[in-house]
Amino acid sequence: MVKNVLASVAVFLLLGAAAYASFFIAPTDVKQGLIYRILFLHVASAWTGLTAFFISFIANVLYVLRRQRRWDCLGVASGEVGLAFTTAVLVTGPIWAHPVWGIWWTWDARLTSTFVLWLLYVSYLLLRTLIEEPDRRALLSALFGIFAFLDVPLVFGSIRWWRTQHPQPVIMGGPGSGLDPLMYKVLFFSWFAMLALMTLLLRQRYRLEAMRGDLETMQHELEAV
Amino acid sequence: MALLSTTAVLLGKELRTEFRSRELLTTTVVFILIVIVLFSFTFEPTSDESRRIGPGLLWLAFLFAASLMLQPCFLREQNNDTLSALRLSVSDPFAIFLAKLAANTLFLLLTELFLLPFFALMYNVPVVGVLHWLVLVFVLGSLGISIAGTALSAISAQARMRELLLPLLMLPLLTPILVASTEVTKGLLDRAPYVQWKGIGFLAIYDMVFLTALWLFGEYLLEE
Repeated sequence: MVKNVLASVAVFLLLGAAAYASFFIAPTDVKQGLIYRILFLHVASAWTGLTAFFISFIANVLYVLRRQRRWDCLGVASGEVGLAFTTAVLVTGPIWAHPVWGIWWTWDARLTSTFVLWLLYVSYLLLRTLIEEPDRRALLSALFGIFAFLDVPLVFGSIRWWRTQHPQPVIMGGPGSGLDPLMYKVLFFSWFAMLALMTLLLRQRYRLEAMRGDLETMQHELEAV
Repeated sequence: MALLSTTAVLLGKELRTEFRSRELLTTTVVFILIVIVLFSFTFEPTSDESRRIGPGLLWLAFLFAASLMLQPCFLREQNNDTLSALRLSVSDPFAIFLAKLAANTLFLLLTELFLLPFFALMYNVPVVGVLHWLVLVFVLGSLGISIAGTALSAISAQARMRELLLPLLMLPLLTPILVASTEVTKGLLDRAPYVQWKGIGFLAIYDMVFLTALWLFGEYLLEE
């Protein structure tokens, strides 16, 4: 309990520091002005969401191969946390896009693939609610999670090839792109803070799922008696 | 070799089951026809508009139809309690998937080819000159839909609300197929038709990726 409170306070402080750095330390963008600062929340959430989905994918594969319940718990926990971060990405994106691009939404590669990714993990969580038996639920949702994750690069590739009206990638893009070095530092710090938040949420959600599993087992045993 | 001969036997079973009643084929044909007609008179597209939106509508109709058509794929086995027997009689469960996805691809392809003339007629697009290329796109696209769809119908058959669940699992997963097939078809129906090799290659890659995934993980989908 004390450990949880301490961890939460530490994450809260980290997030506060990241917010301070995003607003006051990173220099203002010459072209976009203040609105660009949403990047530190938006991009950091996107990377964190993808990290969570990657963890979910690994957990899904491990569940299918090893059949230990902890991998199922980790799979659903990271899937849910990843979905939360991806939702943040989808909300902050249009807020930035409206003043800068003049539109809320466009079917460009990263937007569309993020949205499809979001839909896939919503389906993943929905599938879990529709299968009663715990082992079957764990196995089938893990398999769907694997297919969904494999689909992501394909979605991205297809939309990048055929729906190309998006600006060139700024980070790891071609020559002439890139951020101010100080902006990079703030961005990576924000990512670090978001990863800390992800770890905190993941831990809590994992424990909740494990407890739910225990409860289910006990209920089954009780019914058997 | 054993895999192929088992698959052939199972494919024969799938085809016999369907061609005895032909209910899947007839309902799917009528369904796609309705969707195409509804799209056509909702939008009343001019010839240029048809070329622009027609391919997308066509593939959307195929995708929706597939999400209905693939429902009975494993459900039928489950309702008749034949899935366990099927699994016991076959040494490699991948053969069951291969047979089912081959049958599904064939059914989809048959309906698509049957409906192509209606589409060409109602949307005023000439298809005769590019027919062989269209067939190639139909084959690759339907194969992709069937590979992913067969795997997912094995999942949804074991859940509640399965009729609603399958489209929900299937449609987002098939976005790449939808985009790629639509773009290739669009190129073929252009005033100056051209073949988008990029798209054809992409469809082939999609098919390969999911076929490999099915080969690796298929046996777990059928676990009791």
